[in-house]
Amino acid sequence: MSEVTVAGPRAREATRKTPPPAGWRDHPLVQLTLVRFLEFLREPEALFWVFIFPVLLAAGLGIAFRNRPADQLKVAAATPQLAQALRQDKLLDVAQLSATAGEEALRNGKVALLAESGPGGSVVYRYDDTNPEGRSARMLADRAVERAAGRVDPVASSDRFMREPGSRYIDFLIPGLLGMNLMGSAIWGMGFAIVDARRKNLMKRLVATPMPRHYYLLSFVLSRLLLLVVEVGVVLGFGALVFGVPVRGSLADLAILCVLGSLSFGALGLLIACRARTIEAASGLMNAVMMPMWIVSGVFFSAQRFPDFVQPAIKALPLTAIIDALRLNMLQGASLAHLMPQIGILAGWLVACFGLAMKLFRWR
Amino acid sequence: MLSALPALPRAVDDRASRRDTGHMPVAAPDAALQVRNLRKAYKDVVAVDGLELQVLRGECFGLLGPNGAGKTTTMEICEGLVSADSGEVEMLGMRWESDASRLRQRLGIQLQDTQLADKLSVLETVRLFRSFYRAGPPAEDVIGLVQLEEKRNARVGKLSGGQKQRLAMACALVGDPDFLFLDEPTTGLDPQARRQLWDLIEEFKASGRTILLTTHYMDEAERLCDRIAIMDRGRVIALGTPRELIASIGIEHVVEFSAGSAARPLAVQALRSIDGVHEVRSENGSVQMMVRELHRAVPALLAELNRQDVSLTELRTHSASLEDVFVTLTGRHLRDE
Repeated sequence: MSEVTVAGPRAREATRKTPPPAGWRDHPLVQLTLVRFLEFLREPEALFWVFIFPVLLAAGLGIAFRNRPADQLKVAAATPQLAQALRQDKLLDVAQLSATAGEEALRNGKVALLAESGPGGSVVYRYDDTNPEGRSARMLADRAVERAAGRVDPVASSDRFMREPGSRYIDFLIPGLLGMNLMGSAIWGMGFAIVDARRKNLMKRLVATPMPRHYYLLSFVLSRLLLLVVEVGVVLGFGALVFGVPVRGSLADLAILCVLGSLSFGALGLLIACRARTIEAASGLMNAVMMPMWIVSGVFFSAQRFPDFVQPAIKALPLTAIIDALRLNMLQGASLAHLMPQIGILAGWLVACFGLAMKLFRWR
Repeated sequence: MLSALPALPRAVDDRASRRDTGHMPVAAPDAALQVRNLRKAYKDVVAVDGLELQVLRGECFGLLGPNGAGKTTTMEICEGLVSADSGEVEMLGMRWESDASRLRQRLGIQLQDTQLADKLSVLETVRLFRSFYRAGPPAEDVIGLVQLEEKRNARVGKLSGGQKQRLAMACALVGDPDFLFLDEPTTGLDPQARRQLWDLIEEFKASGRTILLTTHYMDEAERLCDRIAIMDRGRVIALGTPRELIASIGIEHVVEFSAGSAARPLAVQALRSIDGVHEVRSENGSVQMMVRELHRAVPALLAELNRQDVSLTELRTHSASLEDVFVTLTGRHLRDE
């Protein structure tokens, strides 16, 4: 067919020793990273979860919790005189109901408070004191009743409203979503790819080549960092353009935080995937690790809401650390020097998980 | 096509030069692979049980045996993927303990059921594997060698079984290996795809490189292998060229037939006294007679059936094969397990 080249064994031995005349593109690390990147881009579901889902979530929550003029509180009055008095306050929506109908409405949560006349011209407020709305209604109603009866406030006061960027729910939410996204994409990206390669014997096949094993793991890190740029950019850009979410700290600091966070979660993902042989086992483990953090680490609401005695444990979680650090950077403009506690926690997770994963990792 | 694999008449050259300089240490001068007293046990089974093996440079050596005979474990120990409990492996004059990275550069490996990444194209896959080796033909040439040029940009997930297997072969060949491991390369393929793969293996063989192959297809072993070790329960129970192995059981033909009925059963015992019949085996209503000479045994069989007055429902003969060697040695069939 074509010409056959003949060379002696010594000549072949010689060609073997010279490095291939290939460019940087044919370096094993570049090839491994490229392949990982291509595999990700060719997986439509992964693209959705990493890029589209966080934007949809931010948009949905941003709209649901957008700032509106203060709501009127619904209250009930049992007598026309009380109703008349309460209507003086613009923040109260007053219904005049009979005592029994009022009680019914209170129980159903249709009104936050029921005002009744008590013995000797006194007023009785019935409300649920564990409900913030009930407590607000009590204060507003009492003020209205006292004023209607002729009370004059001794100190004059006026209001000034804080509705600027940086203190709204969406400003709180975007760093939370960013942290959650960093965790999800690193753990899923790492975990599934590794377990899948192991399950298909592809990992064993790669190990049978002269591929340096650390290149294999390093390629995950590199492709993660490449994707990170896009991932963080999408969420941050969306927040800034659509909702005007501020980034008050330095962008370089923010980038360093994202890289460190991604590496820590990548190490955690590596640890989760270091022995699992089936996708089912791996996804069970991943959910078991991530679910508690979604809840307690302050993605959607402040982690401070949990009791004091669990706070140290919550603070030690990597997701809490990255979200706290991102919020401090973006909303308060904190520099890295102020974020050392969070950086320390993330670095600790990185070192511990990576070290343990390397010890336990099963290459076949 | 062969030009993708640069050096061809190597086995001979190598042997000659090795003899001259005489620097091959422990192993026999011609050995590409020398395995001594290899042992490997998993939790509850002994997979390899004191195995001895020598594969010569430039030969295609086959490990033949049923599933669970220890073929794959033996291969994986030689490939440096599994460590043995005890015993020695010396390959191309090197050992895994001291020369792992040099050794890896010179081996081509095809594992049993590896699924390459579905989302990558043929070219991307081969380039990836090519990047791990210091020397070897360009990825495009290897793709040409396994005749996948037309599929070079197709996704791996869209390839047929035979094409996937040829791609796996390309990945084994990208490093221009001296020693090729093929673990059941044609299992599950249709006859045409098997023949294509055999052609490829023969081309590689013709270029003077060494191959260690496992299979449980006897026709594959007979066609491709210079020498064969028949393995059973972690040991080599017979070793030689296909011809020698077949000759060793002292029969040349097998006569298979069905005769008799429930009402008039065949008296099998009587067949043993026919001249030139070595062995008679009867299973599920079919009788196998191992004979030396067909032209004497068949008329004698027919005469005997006539004498017993039983009817013949089926009659087949074939030349003795490796399958018959295995059956003779173990009393079991290769494909039983």
